[in-house]
Amino acid sequence: MRLSDRARDLPESGIRKFFELAEARDDVISLGVGEPDFSAPWAARTAAIDSLERGKTSYTSNRGMAALRERIADHHERYDQSYDPAEEVLVTTGASEAVDLAFRALVDPGDTVAVHEPTYISYGPGIELAGGEQLTVPTRAGDDFALTRESLEAAGAAEADLLVLCYPNNPTGATMTEEEYAEVAAFCRDEDLRVIADEIYSALTYGADHASIATQPGMRERTVVVNGFSKAYAMTGLRLGYALGPAEAIDAMNRIHQYTMLSAPTTPQYAAIEALDRCDEEVTEMVDEYNRRRRLVVSRFNEMGLDTFEPGGAFYAFPDCGGDDEAFAEELLEAQGVAVVPGSVFGEGGEGHLRVSYATSMRELKEATDRIAAFVDGRD
Amino acid sequence: MDAEREVLDVLARNAREDIDDIAAQTGLDADAVAAAIDALEADNVVHGYQAVVDWDRVDEGKIRAIVEINVELDRETGYEQVADRIAKFPAVDALHLVSGDYDFAVEVLGENMQDVSEFISEQVAPMPAVTQTVTHYIMDTYKDGGIRFEDGDDDDRLSVSP
Repeated sequence: MRLSDRARDLPESGIRKFFELAEARDDVISLGVGEPDFSAPWAARTAAIDSLERGKTSYTSNRGMAALRERIADHHERYDQSYDPAEEVLVTTGASEAVDLAFRALVDPGDTVAVHEPTYISYGPGIELAGGEQLTVPTRAGDDFALTRESLEAAGAAEADLLVLCYPNNPTGATMTEEEYAEVAAFCRDEDLRVIADEIYSALTYGADHASIATQPGMRERTVVVNGFSKAYAMTGLRLGYALGPAEAIDAMNRIHQYTMLSAPTTPQYAAIEALDRCDEEVTEMVDEYNRRRRLVVSRFNEMGLDTFEPGGAFYAFPDCGGDDEAFAEELLEAQGVAVVPGSVFGEGGEGHLRVSYATSMRELKEATDRIAAFVDGRD
Repeated sequence: MDAEREVLDVLARNAREDIDDIAAQTGLDADAVAAAIDALEADNVVHGYQAVVDWDRVDEGKIRAIVEINVELDRETGYEQVADRIAKFPAVDALHLVSGDYDFAVEVLGENMQDVSEFISEQVAPMPAVTQTVTHYIMDTYKDGGIRFEDGDDDDRLSVSP
């Protein structure tokens, strides 16, 4: 069948190759997984089952169930984010849909969208599908992969129409402080940039509370915040996310959403209400466990001589492998059966690094880091 | 969270963690971890370290029973005194005073069913304070010490994902 130029030109994700290499073996310990190793809290699962038993299988309102939107708005008060559940919250099929809707609602053909890299792999294709052009803003290991005004200026982001932010960051685990955001916010105000802030990992921060650009002066009206239930509540497969933003942006996103998705799936919305009402404790337990693993992994990589900065969020460490990251990852998989993802898959600035997910059990992390240490010793 | 609590949380999951790994996980230095463990032991917060064993998988393994015990107290005999006597038997693996329909929940470990029955009928039931015992033999164990007893890996996530 003849395909559209757009589909034909869309590149395969760099993750795909490593997925296939890892799947070809059955003895692999994978540190390449971008989702929690926990299951959704039991109460949330029960609420989903209960809703099915009660026959709650219809569409919901386009914007999502009112009861859920109210709880989402309440929940975000913890980040000092204040949104009207009636007009400023849109429940989506995963945060991925929210990101896509934001691009389609905010990007005109020919618009330039600044994206810091290394970062999550979906923004570039999303921008392209919306007719925009990506402008890459590399972040640096020297800044612990935080975005700075200097990097924005150096990359020519003053000419951009929109900026995509992803902090806590996949793949680096980097976070941004209020002070660092203040600089970036000033740049956005000065250069009149709107922002899509993907904050899907906001619940997974270690040591410092999550900060958001949307709470900087003058930023709320020019920012769409994307978040969801996948990472915080280990609900990736339930596909439920949401967007928060000024009413006109959310309204525009909802107009696209009503034709393409109609409404987010109903069952997960019941699970999400329960998650927000009653599952804070489970989230804290998961965060504590991630934190123990994070410290162990960072300390082990530094001990084996692969320089690793202390990631403040998500569940990734981003060690410097001192050379060709793709070759390192392929050889490591071949020699020791440990899968990691080469940093260059996540764009400029990622080369020479590895994304190491610690969303796996402590036992496997120890075994995997022992094997990586043996591999590194063997290369020296 | 204080240092002792952080160390305790790690040990409660895995008592075989070595000091360096506990230090790495908690962000404490190794000396502070060692001191915390000493303090936890000295204060009788940590009473010991044991393996979580699935006895069904051991040849000539053991049988486990949960025994409900009701007691009648008098001026000279309180729960402490009764507990003290019951706890002295090596076959008693765990002993708890509980709320509800009976007084003590006792976990008994024996070589076989007869061994456990004899222990209850000959050693426990005859105690003056004991008025009733109900013995439940454990048929199968699915989880113990917070650890699920199961084979293999139920991680069905994609091995590499974005």
